[in-house]
Amino acid sequence: MRNNVDQKVMLELDDVSQYFQLSRHKILKAVDHVSFKIHEGETVGLVGESGCGKTTTGRSILKLYTPNTGNIYFKGKDVFSFNSEEEKRYRKEAQMIFQNPHASLNPRMTVREIVGTGMKIHDLVKPKEMDAKVEALLRQVGLNKDHMSRFPHEFSGGQKQRIGIARALSVDPDFIVCDEPISALDVSIQAQVLNMLKDLQDTRGLTYLFIAHDLSVVKYISDRIIVMYLGTIVEEATAEELYRNPQHPYTKVLLSSIPVADPKQARKKERLVVKGEVTSPINPPDSCRFAGRCPNAEKRCFEEMPSLCDVSPEHRVACFMIEQYFRP
Amino acid sequence: MPEVVLEVNNLEFSFRTYGGVVKAVRDVSFEVRQGEILGIVGESGCGKSVTVQSILRLNPEPPGFFAGGSIIYKGQDIVKKSEREMRSIRGIEIGFIFQDPMTSLNPTMRVGKQIEEVFVGRKAVSSSEAKKKALDILELVGINEPEKRYRQYPHELSGGMKQRIMIAIALVGHPGIIIADEPTTSLDVTIEAQILEILKDLQQKFMTSIILITHDLGVIAKMCDRVLVMYGGKIIEEGDVDDIFYNTAHPYTSGLIQSIATLDTNKDEELIPIEGTPPDLFSPPPGCPFAARCEYAMEICKSIMPESTSVTGKQHYSACWLLHEYAPEVELVSVKSAEDNKTLESSSDEKAGGNV
Repeated sequence: MRNNVDQKVMLELDDVSQYFQLSRHKILKAVDHVSFKIHEGETVGLVGESGCGKTTTGRSILKLYTPNTGNIYFKGKDVFSFNSEEEKRYRKEAQMIFQNPHASLNPRMTVREIVGTGMKIHDLVKPKEMDAKVEALLRQVGLNKDHMSRFPHEFSGGQKQRIGIARALSVDPDFIVCDEPISALDVSIQAQVLNMLKDLQDTRGLTYLFIAHDLSVVKYISDRIIVMYLGTIVEEATAEELYRNPQHPYTKVLLSSIPVADPKQARKKERLVVKGEVTSPINPPDSCRFAGRCPNAEKRCFEEMPSLCDVSPEHRVACFMIEQYFRP
Repeated sequence: MPEVVLEVNNLEFSFRTYGGVVKAVRDVSFEVRQGEILGIVGESGCGKSVTVQSILRLNPEPPGFFAGGSIIYKGQDIVKKSEREMRSIRGIEIGFIFQDPMTSLNPTMRVGKQIEEVFVGRKAVSSSEAKKKALDILELVGINEPEKRYRQYPHELSGGMKQRIMIAIALVGHPGIIIADEPTTSLDVTIEAQILEILKDLQQKFMTSIILITHDLGVIAKMCDRVLVMYGGKIIEEGDVDDIFYNTAHPYTSGLIQSIATLDTNKDEELIPIEGTPPDLFSPPPGCPFAARCEYAMEICKSIMPESTSVTGKQHYSACWLLHEYAPEVELVSVKSAEDNKTLESSSDEKAGGNV
């Protein structure tokens, strides 16, 4: 287990909110007052159902949106107060692997251009050495030099995702936001890409924010896991702790809903029942977002918003029902 | 053993394209029994969707065509039916739940009308009866305020709700067989669990047979009685769900089991992926389609397709040369049930307790 105290913080989100004004009275609160830290060399998993704000969080970190409240610090500096030089360096140091490999590669560019453009902009290689560098990157992700002059449509989904990964790696980043990098891939290919991401982390000392809705995958790859529900963090813990000892009712529901590939266990497994579906993030109430579906919600849950509180050193939960047992 | 309701014999289905003929389904035979859930598992492009769509003749013909085989339903061959005859089978005799509820409902039609459409042109059902049936089925699939939903359009509903509507459409005619093509792939886990439960409840209530297609082994384990594993347009393993998971007899199935991360997978363990990519179905290999990716492949695998062979005399078949008497003995990895471990632990606990 990693010791967080003496580890350097790579990225810090402090009270970040990201709202989208849909019309005069409709505000979609995609991310609502979210704070967490990512340490150097760590993989943090971000899970939740669709519409819970996990992708928006990842995109805000990379300044693809401007948050409505809060600050984002990268290596101790506020990313929104960068000067142009720092800005350019941030673009090099933080990269993203996108969810849909079919839509995130420019169809009019060859693989050489897709992978090479970043290096050219950041002046990382001499023009003469460009081909050799691109070839080395492609080899690293399991492609070869014959693929260099091809266009994206000539590749399968798994290969496209590898090109996306090569592009992210090309500028030698420290931090990568992996936004559901394997959910568009076939089962037998998913393991190939997952293993590759892990190997790259070992050899290059990368830090990942790994966004996914598949909890088994997140548990496999992450050191720490953050569970989001409708724009808010409901639980945060180390991967082992979260699975062994989930506290928030939503986390429990999520865990019990995963279909297990073990028929005997599947027949015995009792699923926790949860009412209804995820409610809309448009004009959400200022109370616990999960209260409407929660099996043990009380009056207070519908009136106030619980804040994250520590239940053990590396385990935080936002729930009134849990909080009362841990009050000093 | 329950009666066989649908029989697929040596089915071959191909598509003519500019690049040549794609042999999507090659020599596939299986049967569906009364009241069972039959799972078909495989990667995209393995021919599972084409197989089940050909049962309802939903593949576009042309470019698709039957290159051989028959599909026997109630003594008649579906392959020989005309489009007109098929209309009385679709929805009434055999229902279909599509993968993507977002695109397979008609956006310009109220939900209620789409459910009633199953009865259009059927003189025995009056419009008020049809409405009553539609409202009943909405209630059954767990939709609140059916009267209100009946008048709504698909865009007013959430993804899970739309999938319930799809199930309602498939069930309203009380078909004997329902084909569910990846019914929960586009849904979140909590909603997926709800939908799967509804499907199973209604299946038991009406004693319907379900053909369930998925690429998720977890869904198979939870839902199915029997399983077909498809690869490269062929069925490579077939058997009861327990046999498939606990006595895996084909290297591909075993590879699938090893390549998925489960909650019990340790962070330090490497997942074992299946290297390589699926075969090109324009010119499928003459032998086993999996031979190029198989770590146990022998010379014979590349040239001759193995027959489907019974594993230890049970209703469990695998098309693999490893089952041949001259083949080397190979231990294939299969699932170790957590339940078995528990019983082992508890029995050893009891022993320990007895000693004290």
